[in-house]
Amino acid sequence: MTKVTLTVNGKSMSGEAEGRTLLASFLRDTLGLTGTHIGCDTSQCGACVVHLDGKAVKSCTLLAMDADGGNVTTIEGMANADGSLNTIQQAFQDHHGLQCGFCTPGMVMSASALLAENPKPTESEIRHYLEGNICRCTGYHNIVKAVLAASGQDANVMAAE
Amino acid sequence: MPKDGGIGASSKRREDIRFLTGRGNYTDDLSLHGQTYAVFCRSTVAHGRIVSIDTKATADMPGVLAIFTGEDFKDVGGNPAGWLINSRDGTPMREPKRPVLAHGKVRHVGDAYAAVIAETYAQAKDAAEQVAADTEIEELSPIVDMAKAVANADNRVHDEIPDNLCFDWGWIEDNRAAVDAAIKAAPHVTTLELINNRLVPNAMEPRASIGEYFPGTGDYKLTTTSQNPHLTRLLVSAFVMGIPENKLTVVAPDVGGGFGSKIYHYGEEALVLAAARKLARPVRWTAERSESFLSDAHGRDHVTKIELATDLEGNFLAIRTETLANVGAYLSNFSTATPTFLHGTLMAGPYKVPSVYVNVKAVFTNTAPVDAYRGAGRPEATYSLERVIDKMCRELNLNPFDVRRKNFITPDMFPYATPVGLNYDTGNHGATLDKAMQMANVAGFEARVADSAKRGKLRGMGLSTWVEACGLAPSHLAGVLGSRVGLYEAATVRVNATGNISVMTGAHSHGQGHETVFAQLVSERLGIPESSIEIVHGDTSKIPFGMGSYGSRSLSVGGSAIDRAVDKIVAKGKKIAAHMLEAAEDDIVFANGNFTVAGTDKAKSFGEIAFSAYVPHNYPLETLEPGLEETAFYDPGNFTYPAGAYLCEVEVDADTGRVEVAEFICADDFGNVVNPMIVEGQVHGGVGQGIGQALCENTTYDENGQLVSASYMDYAMPRADDVPFYNVDHSCQTPCTHNPLGVKGCGEAGAIGSPPAVVNAVIDALHRGGYSHVKHIDMPVTPSRVWAAMQAK
Repeated sequence: MTKVTLTVNGKSMSGEAEGRTLLASFLRDTLGLTGTHIGCDTSQCGACVVHLDGKAVKSCTLLAMDADGGNVTTIEGMANADGSLNTIQQAFQDHHGLQCGFCTPGMVMSASALLAENPKPTESEIRHYLEGNICRCTGYHNIVKAVLAASGQDANVMAAE
Repeated sequence: MPKDGGIGASSKRREDIRFLTGRGNYTDDLSLHGQTYAVFCRSTVAHGRIVSIDTKATADMPGVLAIFTGEDFKDVGGNPAGWLINSRDGTPMREPKRPVLAHGKVRHVGDAYAAVIAETYAQAKDAAEQVAADTEIEELSPIVDMAKAVANADNRVHDEIPDNLCFDWGWIEDNRAAVDAAIKAAPHVTTLELINNRLVPNAMEPRASIGEYFPGTGDYKLTTTSQNPHLTRLLVSAFVMGIPENKLTVVAPDVGGGFGSKIYHYGEEALVLAAARKLARPVRWTAERSESFLSDAHGRDHVTKIELATDLEGNFLAIRTETLANVGAYLSNFSTATPTFLHGTLMAGPYKVPSVYVNVKAVFTNTAPVDAYRGAGRPEATYSLERVIDKMCRELNLNPFDVRRKNFITPDMFPYATPVGLNYDTGNHGATLDKAMQMANVAGFEARVADSAKRGKLRGMGLSTWVEACGLAPSHLAGVLGSRVGLYEAATVRVNATGNISVMTGAHSHGQGHETVFAQLVSERLGIPESSIEIVHGDTSKIPFGMGSYGSRSLSVGGSAIDRAVDKIVAKGKKIAAHMLEAAEDDIVFANGNFTVAGTDKAKSFGEIAFSAYVPHNYPLETLEPGLEETAFYDPGNFTYPAGAYLCEVEVDADTGRVEVAEFICADDFGNVVNPMIVEGQVHGGVGQGIGQALCENTTYDENGQLVSASYMDYAMPRADDVPFYNVDHSCQTPCTHNPLGVKGCGEAGAIGSPPAVVNAVIDALHRGGYSHVKHIDMPVTPSRVWAAMQAK
């Protein structure tokens, strides 16, 4: 067991990890941050996406030890300082971009990374960027709309409604 | 003007707040003091005899607390099928025992034959590998292909079941002679053989279960990923474990999608309870995704021959189908109802076809159990019917819109008894077809074909008009048809002393938004703000009873139960108000949250009545009990019949065979709509899954019974860039005539109506592009299949 220290959502947090412990499991089981989900075992579904040093990563594909000393943002750290939903989260609620909620943390983290890179993405750019996040409930329609809306674009016009 | 609350408002979902901030409460999120970890040993062969399992070496491994094998459960019950189906000759279906852990034989890859409990997950995983290494399984010849399974009587999935046949079902047997005669005499018969591809439901949250046992009281608690916690409790209690129902609580907290796969009770749930009892510690298990692929109940998997007899103008005369339905290695809880009463009864579709006969043979194979997956039987019926109609239109050179229209049951014909046992209460199929055609701009289609051609693409349009039966189900009818449970729903409406409300519902939300929608219902009825109404679901210790959520039943059955309980609240409120206002009960009117003496301004607010019920100082105690809490069980009078018209436009890349969905249009009739935003979201999701089935998803067992598509690397889930924006409408509304809300259900429509629309569009594109030799391509319509069909001239 090795001690791993991370800055998570602005707070320094430490815990013991085995060599094989994945960052996703470390966040969930050791640090108790269960908002990050594990939906597959092949790094395909994206439910585990967090930000590590400002980049979106699949936390099931990274050893906790490799993240040691890093700055991690999880879904628990996304809301505004007063606890209200941030722009992306609010857009997901406004546009019904989630149903069962299981893929949602990863979707929000990926969408946030996309908008940091590309503040006004097209529909096609959004769909392409979210290719690594699987949702089984929404058929993606309202997720894409939510991301368009979060970027300040008129989602209803673009979704031809 | 959109409403800002109550019925008809697109109220934002209250549950979203916790999901968007990482505060959901899914089973695997729970952490319990003293918890231990279960890992299952699963068969790596499709069919084998268990020769020996030596657990001695494993027992001494670090952290190992207990090891279970099939031997430990051989004297407890099996997990039963929920419906008894009788064969054509009147004999009951063959129903092999489905044990908690495989005993004697393993019958599919992924069949669990042992489980290890250890202090940590890693220790349990290591130990399970050791058990597997110390297990000898004699490999037997696998039974994978259904036709071969039925033909080869010597090789049996279950030794006691010859020819691997579960049942040979005819629906309706009395129709058979008339259908045979009609087909023989018909001017034209169109025949189509097709496969409804096997799918893996793939809820994004893998199945998970936590068992707890409390030695001080003898109570058990199961926290599990279930769509149906009361049914799970009933099955564990009455059939599998013998734990008294009153000593077992089943909780299904936030559940990350189900789509059918979490309706059923699975052996892992019994195992964690048995292990918790043995260790007096919590025992938890969470499936890895590959385990989910191997052990969740799959969906569809029909091989069907359908014949449609018509005159030369395309008027339907008769329909006959023969289907082999795969039930896999064991009978999952709804596996026998799905290919029969949820499939055969829909084979007349929305059409006035004089006679229909459906034959289904259910076949055991060495594959994972197959059961209801979103739509459950109705997508299979709709796909067969809408594909064969499309083929007939090409054979007779008829317009597919006109043919459907002239065969529709028209509004003046309702209620309409079909030749396959359903009694449609209402509908207007012409209206939804008109709406879809208007949304699609059918007149502009030729111009779009020309535009696609300029880009080297073949464009096609496909139509599907459908009806389904949901809102399961009238219990007396279900009983006649073989159901072993009632199919009502229960609700308790508890008005608290301070006037806010807790609603306990037996329906279960795993993405559908019940916490929001049911609050809208109660708010509308009682004039109480939605924010003062709490919806409680998924906990057998809090809810009177329930049949859970599946078959698009939550609102039409569960919502109706809530509505009936509210009726009782209002009725009692009137008695209290009459006393307080010194008026006759019959003179009290309840509206907008006030009990008023008719024709006067004398009134008491709902809150005043609630307070009086709990502080009954001025109260008719001689004739009325204090308190304001009512329970209703609602048993539906009929199925509900949502219907619609779906239009799909595709572009086929002539060089590669790749299909892209360019437009998808849905005109649905769901009757009354409570939350339009949520209804549209349900349709989007269903269509997304339907496009997935039509274009990419396939569950492939090789000839050895190995599941080749057992991960997201190999099983093609639709991704964001595989689907378009959908254009959906639900403005055509013929309210259900027999439930108090006039609602029909919207959860499965998208997955039922969409696959044939997509495939019909692909065939249309190929015909327009000069590939008129292509009569059919089986789903998934992948680039390689399309390309191969194009070349097979």
